[in-house]
Amino acid sequence: MGHQEATIRTIKADVIVVGGGGAGLRAAIAAAEADSSLNIALVSKVYPMRSHTVAAEGGAAGVVGDNDSFETHFRDTVSGGDWLCDQDAVDLFVQEAPKALHELDRWGCPWSRQPDGRVAVRPFGGMKIERTWYAADKSGFHILHTLFQTSLKYPSIHRHDEFFVVDLLVEDGVCGGVVAIELKTGDTVAILAPAVVMATGGAGRAFPFTTNGGINTGDGMAMAYRAGVPLKDMEFVQYHPTCLPGTGILLTEGARGEGGILVNKDGYRYLQDYNLGPPDPWPRKKAMELGPRDRLSQAFWHEQRKGNAVKHEAGDVVLLDIRHLGEKKINERLPLVRELARTYAGVDPVHEPMPVRPAVHYVMGGIDTNIDAATPVRGLFAAGECACVSINGANRLGSNSLTELLVFGKRAGMNAAELAATATAMDEAAAKALASKAMQRVDALHSNPAGTETAAGLRQELHDLMEGCVGIYRDEALLEKAASGIADLRERYASLGVTDHSKVFNTEVALALELGAMIEVGEAMVHSALLRRESRGAHQRLDYTERNDTEFLVHSLAYYTGSAPRIEHRPVTITRWEPEERVYGGAANG
Amino acid sequence: MADTITVRVLRYQPEAEEKTFWQEYEVPSRNDWVILDALNYIKDHLDGSLSFRWSCHMAVCGSCGMMVDDEPTLVCKAFLRDYPESIEIKPLANLPVHRDLMSDMDGFTDKLAKVKPYVIPAEAQSSEEGCQQSPEELAVFRQYTMCINCLLCYAACPQVGLNPGYIGPAALSLAHRYNLDSRDTGRRERNEVTASDEGVWECTFVGECSEVCPKHVDPAGAIQQMKLASSLDWLLDKLVRRDKS
Repeated sequence: MGHQEATIRTIKADVIVVGGGGAGLRAAIAAAEADSSLNIALVSKVYPMRSHTVAAEGGAAGVVGDNDSFETHFRDTVSGGDWLCDQDAVDLFVQEAPKALHELDRWGCPWSRQPDGRVAVRPFGGMKIERTWYAADKSGFHILHTLFQTSLKYPSIHRHDEFFVVDLLVEDGVCGGVVAIELKTGDTVAILAPAVVMATGGAGRAFPFTTNGGINTGDGMAMAYRAGVPLKDMEFVQYHPTCLPGTGILLTEGARGEGGILVNKDGYRYLQDYNLGPPDPWPRKKAMELGPRDRLSQAFWHEQRKGNAVKHEAGDVVLLDIRHLGEKKINERLPLVRELARTYAGVDPVHEPMPVRPAVHYVMGGIDTNIDAATPVRGLFAAGECACVSINGANRLGSNSLTELLVFGKRAGMNAAELAATATAMDEAAAKALASKAMQRVDALHSNPAGTETAAGLRQELHDLMEGCVGIYRDEALLEKAASGIADLRERYASLGVTDHSKVFNTEVALALELGAMIEVGEAMVHSALLRRESRGAHQRLDYTERNDTEFLVHSLAYYTGSAPRIEHRPVTITRWEPEERVYGGAANG
Repeated sequence: MADTITVRVLRYQPEAEEKTFWQEYEVPSRNDWVILDALNYIKDHLDGSLSFRWSCHMAVCGSCGMMVDDEPTLVCKAFLRDYPESIEIKPLANLPVHRDLMSDMDGFTDKLAKVKPYVIPAEAQSSEEGCQQSPEELAVFRQYTMCINCLLCYAACPQVGLNPGYIGPAALSLAHRYNLDSRDTGRRERNEVTASDEGVWECTFVGECSEVCPKHVDPAGAIQQMKLASSLDWLLDKLVRRDKS
């Protein structure tokens, strides 16, 4: 199964977009609109409408009301991110946000409406003003399908659906394309272009209990990492506080935005014990159930320790109660929450509270990019969850990520198009040689004996380490255990072999490659967490319980070495708001 | 319920042999497991070569449509506990099969592109503003935006089986969705495809598409409305032409 260069097919393009979710589609459309003469290759391991943007529920943030301002959105985002956000990026983001959302309106997104025909907005966690645009509670689904369907308008966007990208083609610090497996045929294909946009989404599947779909395995993060781009702030992994036990299915923050409450086994709104109260008046922004996700998930951890959780057949839970909204409002605003709770938990929220617990939801960290979505490798851009600009800092506010993939997806596409117009393509023979070398990882999966290690076995061990040692609270001992455990997994992964040697839709090979990406991304998370000896946002250390701005107002940068990553730090960009205490509850409403 | 369930899968391994064959797997049957969990158990523990698509595990990405006991089914939404001691799984009916449970989707995405499923505005848009649309205007088409492209309706539709060129329920409903959108003016353009001999007139109103739709889109209703609109267009054209002649 060796990879002869002669068997590698080549496709030439001007811009390659890897990933067909919200960020990738928005990038492809932006590149097509920037210059209709460019040939744009949209390459995705799944059909674009299967991408995980589809599962986002609550909505997308953008200032629209007369009662709101860019400054308030900026301050909510920066304090929500515990001052780890780059403030120049946040400024740009909040200003571009409404334009990006209006654009989707013109493209047909079925936003929920006010009686006078303007878009409706709802409150969201950590946001002082209601600014979350929504399409009932299927906002990501509608955004993704609107973008996918709109992309069909552009003849210069050539889709390569179900092409599994294995690696970037990088030589002398310049990216000139990707090498992929066309799953339908098993053929190796080198796709060449002087500008590549990575838009492959998150890596939640490195953890066992997650809202993420099976495809969210950090492939793009791992590819950029191997190509020499640092992964930034990988220790910051968001747990969403309200997910169904067992499956990890997300119940949107919109449920709390509409007035839902969280109670423990005594029917007590326990968040008031964690600097988020007082409970009344309710609903009230930036307080109680509308606090930020990191604080709510941490509060669950403490309630569970105190024995205040409800015992459920699938583990400890608390209860999300929306009964007081009434059936009509629930059907109008939260139809998916009702459908999911009925189907997967056997609970109708019109009549009963829903069992919920935190699950891994979002990776704040990602491929290091600047404000133009460019990475340090020339020709490589990144946007969406796989990237870290950083507007999310140490904790992303709900409804900022759908907007982020629009704003920075567009920027990535435009900048890629601009570069493609002048840059020269990589030499085809050189590209094939790089592709052949990259495919050695796939060749090894076929030539290694199957059975000594299995992908399922290694994945289980990875899950146990990530959940057990790199969860909501961490400490030195746990992280050291994870570091040595994951190094062991990395070494054993090198001897992994597959049982299936066929070419057509070899999903066993795809799963093995995804596992490899998760191990690499997981290792970057562990080592970044080890060296951040403070507690900030979603990174909470039991041994360093306070935020430490003197030493750690810095981004972590994990560099690929072939073994454990090298970690460097870089100062956060603070343009105009020096760190303050992060306050929620009554104090935030003064 | 029993501790295990027998999952019979119709296999197709094009590189090994031309014919399909049945394979049986014994899988733990857990009360909280959907059929997809059983397939993933097989993939992880029994047979790495079994191929199928899945992602979201919450019935919104549309990847995992298959025939279960001959019914088009999203396997992430169907619980093992609702089946007897054995189930039979086949790829979606009426679509070419690449391997095992992986049907061809390109036919559908090509048909979808043909019906121009995007807003065709009255004039070129230059503004950075959004649009006005009342809740009532939204309600007119909202149901038809819910399609997840899972293609259960194509597997259920006898006309798709008879005429592979038929645009089919999901793509036609999405065309209808844009036709009804107050922001759109592209109905006449779409009619060139939707009212062609591959379009709505192929539908014989069996209505199975609406029966199997996991999102209650009601493609059959959309197609009937399109037939009516298309007939009115035809009549109007006739009258106008007669006036002119």
